Amino acid sequence: MKYSYYPGCSLHSAHKGYDQSCKAVFKLLDYELEELEDWNCCGATIYMSIKEITALASASANLALAEKLNKDLVTPCSSCYTILNKAHRYLKNDNELMKKVNLCLKEGGLQYNGNVRVRHPLDVLINDIGVEIIKLYLKKPLDGLRIANYYGCQLIRPERAFDDKENPLSMENLFESIGAEEVYFPYKLKCCGGMLMTTFEEAALKLTAEILQSAYENNADCISTTCPLCQMNLEAYQNKINKAFGTSFNIPILFFTQILGIALGLPGEELGIEKNFYECKKLKVIENSKPFVQSAQGVI
Amino acid sequence: MKSEDIRIPGTLSKREAVLREAFLEQTKVIPGGEKIKACIQCATCSGSCPVVYAMDITPRELIALFRAGEIETILNSKTIWLCASCYTCQSRCPAGIKVTDIIYALKRTAMERKDLTKKYPVNKLSQSFIKSIYKAGRLNEARLLTRYFIKTGFWNSFSFIPLGLKMLKKHRLSLKSVKIKNIKGFRKILNMAQKMDIPLEGARLAPVGEVVGYKSIS
Repeated sequence: MKYSYYPGCSLHSAHKGYDQSCKAVFKLLDYELEELEDWNCCGATIYMSIKEITALASASANLALAEKLNKDLVTPCSSCYTILNKAHRYLKNDNELMKKVNLCLKEGGLQYNGNVRVRHPLDVLINDIGVEIIKLYLKKPLDGLRIANYYGCQLIRPERAFDDKENPLSMENLFESIGAEEVYFPYKLKCCGGMLMTTFEEAALKLTAEILQSAYENNADCISTTCPLCQMNLEAYQNKINKAFGTSFNIPILFFTQILGIALGLPGEELGIEKNFYECKKLKVIENSKPFVQSAQGVI
Repeated sequence: MKSEDIRIPGTLSKREAVLREAFLEQTKVIPGGEKIKACIQCATCSGSCPVVYAMDITPRELIALFRAGEIETILNSKTIWLCASCYTCQSRCPAGIKVTDIIYALKRTAMERKDLTKKYPVNKLSQSFIKSIYKAGRLNEARLLTRYFIKTGFWNSFSFIPLGLKMLKKHRLSLKSVKIKNIKGFRKILNMAQKMDIPLEGARLAPVGEVVGYKSIS
């Protein structure tokens, strides 16, 4: 089965590891991600807060490109996911707006009719492919790895898309079914501060510190995330947080596709794990372990 | 106290009326934006907000002030710039008010007026962002931050150097800007859309009725 694929700007610059691991995992599971040709920036959260129609036009230019391919559009970045979904929903429910935006798109030779489903890789992995199928490909079970599953904001809010808004369990289901240990992590939905890290750093540092503290207190080996900006805030600012709050965090922050990739037997280089600042030692041990051979009876 | 400072309940100063009109114009773009009148002041939004501790006006107070005809106070507050767009308030609001989208509308209203953005220059980041996108069609994070720091305070940028070097070492920083192939078409789309967006200050100053509170939204 094929999906169209929208990586978004940050997956092509600061978070290549997410891009690599997403593609590698889907390829291994025999699902193809076809990248949109000549996609543009979705507009992100900042653009949405300036000019509504300009933002909608810039987002729906991508939707128009995806509509031509006639497949579900997969986008790993939480912000792109929300923005593209929001643009789709707004246009679908408002004919006037759809007409206006299409007038703009016409200038660039594009048209959008409202027929694209925007999906997140986590949604596709859990609901289209399914945990049972993923288990068939399992090579290195995550035995005893304690993962704090951090969802962040924009993956599940504002609209309920594929998981609960107050207690999503997709990542827990995925990782616990392949051997990871359950970790109590009440901060899994708390905001990391997002772009506030640039504009109001003190305010954002406190939010990020609380998330790290919660993972630390519950003995998590690493934090798994679905969003490039969350990954950046949680990982790159640990030094600053340590200085500001007198803590000593060095918690590895990984993308969920990177952890899944290791469990499926992919080498770390293919998943871009070396690009992360902190190495997860337990995951490294799992990566270096011998692949486990599934017996026919073991397959459900 | 000067006599013109005392406001008779039910009437608005001219500036307030203009700002109110501009804001209501912005809320019209939000599907379901009129639900702001359904607020029951339960403060679920304030209780859910992760950055409320740093705000000068809580999200609940924000809606109360809007009803009381105090848009100018809201637009001068730190609150609208502190919103991190986490959407917790919006997803929990029992009245279905799109709180985050309304804060976006307030940001837009403030950004159109120079005197309202002096205290918190957050709009500089947005402006740099727009320039980046218009130029290349895609965002280059390093260039965006450089532009932002040049505008807001050159010396601030030095605190980012250690992090920048670390990123560079991990091959996570590229200064090369990648242009999309159809950049001309993309710019045409943006130009057209900008024309359709709500015009800036001065272009729309229609007379407003002297109605305060949620009655002012039909």
